[in-house]
Amino acid sequence: MAGDPEQKNAGGQRPGRAAGLKVVGTPVRKVDGLAKCAGQTKFADDIVLPRMLFCKIHRAHVPHARIRSIDLSRARAVPGVVAILTGQDLPIPFGILPVSQDEHALCPDKVRFVGDPVAAVAALDEDAAFDAMNAIQVEYEPLAPVFSIHDAIEGRADRLHDYGDEGNIHKKVAMEFGDVERGFSQSDAIFEDTFYYEGSTHLPMEQHAAVAQIDPDGKLTVWSSTQTPHYVHRALSKVLEMPPARVRVIACPNGGGFGGKSDPFNHEIVVAKLALLTGRPVKVTLTREEVFYCHRGRHPVLMHVKTGVAKDGSIAAMHFRSFLDGGAYGSYGVASTYYTGALQTVTYPIANYKFEGARCFTNKPPCGPKRGHGTPQPRFALEVQIDKIAARLGVNPADFRLKHLVPPGSLTANYLKVGSMGLGRCIEKVVASSGFRERHGRLPKGQGIGLACSSYICGAGLPIYWNNMPHTGVQLKLDRGGGVAVFCGEIDIGQGSDTVLAQVVAEVLGIDPLDIRIVFGDTDLTPVDLGSYSSRVTLMMGHAAIQAAERARELLAKAVAAKLEVPVEGIAAASSRLFDVSDPSKGVGFAEAVQLAEARFGTIGTVGSYTPPPSAGRYRGAGVGPSPAYSYSAAVVELSVDEESGWIRVDRVHIAHDVGQCINPVLVVGQVEGSVYMGLGEALMEEQVFRANRSGVHKMPSLLEYKSPTTMEMPEVVTHLIEEPDPNGPFGAKEVGQGPLLPIPPAVANAVFDAVGVRIDEVPITPDKVLKALESPHRRYGPKHLPVVSWPDPIRVPTPWEGGTGRALEPGSARATTGPALTKEGTPR
Amino acid sequence: MTQQAPTSVRESVHLRFRVNGEPREAAIAPHKTLLEVLREDLGLTGTKHGCELGECGTCTVLLDGRPQLSCLVLAVECEDRPIVTVEGLADGPTPHPLQTAFADLGAAQCGYCTPGILCAAKELLERNPEPSREVIREALSGNLCRCTGYIKIFEAVELAARRMKDPAAQPDEETLHGRRS
Repeated sequence: MAGDPEQKNAGGQRPGRAAGLKVVGTPVRKVDGLAKCAGQTKFADDIVLPRMLFCKIHRAHVPHARIRSIDLSRARAVPGVVAILTGQDLPIPFGILPVSQDEHALCPDKVRFVGDPVAAVAALDEDAAFDAMNAIQVEYEPLAPVFSIHDAIEGRADRLHDYGDEGNIHKKVAMEFGDVERGFSQSDAIFEDTFYYEGSTHLPMEQHAAVAQIDPDGKLTVWSSTQTPHYVHRALSKVLEMPPARVRVIACPNGGGFGGKSDPFNHEIVVAKLALLTGRPVKVTLTREEVFYCHRGRHPVLMHVKTGVAKDGSIAAMHFRSFLDGGAYGSYGVASTYYTGALQTVTYPIANYKFEGARCFTNKPPCGPKRGHGTPQPRFALEVQIDKIAARLGVNPADFRLKHLVPPGSLTANYLKVGSMGLGRCIEKVVASSGFRERHGRLPKGQGIGLACSSYICGAGLPIYWNNMPHTGVQLKLDRGGGVAVFCGEIDIGQGSDTVLAQVVAEVLGIDPLDIRIVFGDTDLTPVDLGSYSSRVTLMMGHAAIQAAERARELLAKAVAAKLEVPVEGIAAASSRLFDVSDPSKGVGFAEAVQLAEARFGTIGTVGSYTPPPSAGRYRGAGVGPSPAYSYSAAVVELSVDEESGWIRVDRVHIAHDVGQCINPVLVVGQVEGSVYMGLGEALMEEQVFRANRSGVHKMPSLLEYKSPTTMEMPEVVTHLIEEPDPNGPFGAKEVGQGPLLPIPPAVANAVFDAVGVRIDEVPITPDKVLKALESPHRRYGPKHLPVVSWPDPIRVPTPWEGGTGRALEPGSARATTGPALTKEGTPR
Repeated sequence: MTQQAPTSVRESVHLRFRVNGEPREAAIAPHKTLLEVLREDLGLTGTKHGCELGECGTCTVLLDGRPQLSCLVLAVECEDRPIVTVEGLADGPTPHPLQTAFADLGAAQCGYCTPGILCAAKELLERNPEPSREVIREALSGNLCRCTGYIKIFEAVELAARRMKDPAAQPDEETLHGRRS
């Protein structure tokens, strides 16, 4: 971190504010709520421009092949076709991570999955574009495809990429904190389990869409349903070789994201290139089937967990191994790999911890970040194993967890700095709410109750590409009429970030959120915010908004103090007035305060920004896991299992979430309920799976066949909000958008065990798996075999309780590992 | 690369519609769906699409007062039949109680499935002004939502039903703050 963060940062605790909050903490109506209910919100596909062309993308129908030739002659002859692009027109690669620039907007020489883009058409109408797309003829030279983790790791296919750690292994990581062998030797019992977490997709209701327009003076504008306009801006500039100052990206409100709109996408680059080529606006809207192939969703992960516990159940050592099926490209995958090993340590203390992870390339759509990014899979493994450990030790699973909680304000084995930690209160809440202690293990056969817990980051401590600039910025412009325009690069994907921004500014300035206009997600107009991912927006943008608003309030207070002839320290802002606290009748309205300030200081505009505090870990790979704060959740699932059919019916979910401080409680409850819903989908039915015997096509690329819970399956949810203000959160707030998903799949698995005594060590937990487990002598369904990986020597880091400093030891044999925590590109290696 | 070609020639038909109580006309290709005509020819982009295969309910509008998936009905079938879209739910500048209830409870998160759900819910409340939770579930079972887990949607329909009798009706404390006991 360059510079002194204290100098430029907002943040830090503001004791006492919680008591006097007026807008923060209240369930105000979403600022964009009525517009969405009136059908007025403009999503990307709602944009229509004069002379607009329509784009369709021709995609590979084979999983792995070299492109031998592309014949465009028939496509060109289709009436209405204006332009056609192939990979030759867009030769520069891109990708979200600096270490994985492995995608092309259109494949230049090789296709790597069914759905990989090969050519693109712009035509006068959609029908003509469709006909031309189908008239494109591509001749392929087949390569051996690979569809499974085992086959990829064991080298049974042609290589997908000419980079990566070994064959089709994209990335291998190994790190050890303390000494796990010593920990195991000191353990009283050792548990070894293998788990599998199937891939699933985001399934936003809005299909991705983008519109590109070129100005007569050559400047490009792209509207897109993206969660990360800043990264799209960078990718467009790179691939199109245009100065960023001539490229403008406007993020439209996302019709659902969940991580699926966080990568820069080929279709965004394609329409931009077509606009440049034709001089006309060009729109693309993906079909639902294309959205399934676009993917970037949950990685399928095979996991092995070896845990050594002492007699009292404390974890002496854990060795966690994960094998990720990455699909055809890098996407966020290097970060995802680290995330499968990062957050195990923030719930229950682990004295010695070793993580090995391998991500492989397969000929399927690329996986990336889906709600919880890389952490629901290991959390499932960990929480199911803890249930097994508690059962073996004869301890109630709630008491087991309560006895072994990471203390607040502590440093974990892998140097994650835990601030506030409300998991104990969360457990107590759901246990009391559900009668867990009285009912667990005592319900009639076929009925079960299961508990699981989790934690999630509130934004990543480090940016995706190496830089020492703030992660977010907020700019205010105060109007003489009392209106406040708030500019921020954030983008509302439904989580309510526009409303959070308005509430935070309204709180500090003492005005009504309705007097605020939010200008968001526009790389020309708004300061950079890195995007709506990693649950970073409320915390980071919140701090920047507080700083900008406090700076504005200070200007107003100075002008008002001069007018009232009272000390500036005595001026407060509330109820759309600035007044003297010692005599509140002495004051001026907010608009008059702005006028006084403008007369004194000139036009009133202020800025605020936020950079996370530096991480404690200084080892390679320490970039993934650190966060300014961690949210905590506990869930109890009540369900019944029909032993005849294997059918599972979830009756009720109790969930408690430690959100630090609600900015808007009704939106927090909504995020919790939505997370429970998505967690149930992953636990019970959702599968992003492919037919290996039919060219690797998706088994069910439609909303009918890809099963997701409907109104009929959604159970009652009892939500408890725990407010344990975090010193690093704005007003003490922590995240809520992702964390509450995590405890749901393991709570379902644990409840199934409670109901019928079988362990399903794999999600989704479908009826056929339940039946197979009931029939199996081991009373278990789940993976048995692990692929053989030649792991590198781990980076060895002494734990804080061994006197470690966060740096790796100099290895006896291998290369030095005490260098900086990051490569130049800012991504852990 | 660039190549100009003549527009594809498609025989248009001229149709008269009754959308949100107003007469509208359009000359359209006969294979167009009601969804496409509403969005592309009549400029009513409030109606959304999630699959265009009749699987998700996103494009639900009211046709003859009944919920209809506008992606599955040809526009030529809709001539002179009353069509109501999300743009037609408000009474002038006054939003429908369902619209305010959805906004108040965050039942519209991303808001993309919302227009279709509002149309389906409006028909439900006209037919059954006091629907039970189970009846609401059934009525909205054809509408997928990925954000809310449906609970805020159920609660918003219930709140709207109460407000249609008593405009001062308030949401439950637990809806706004979670369970506090």
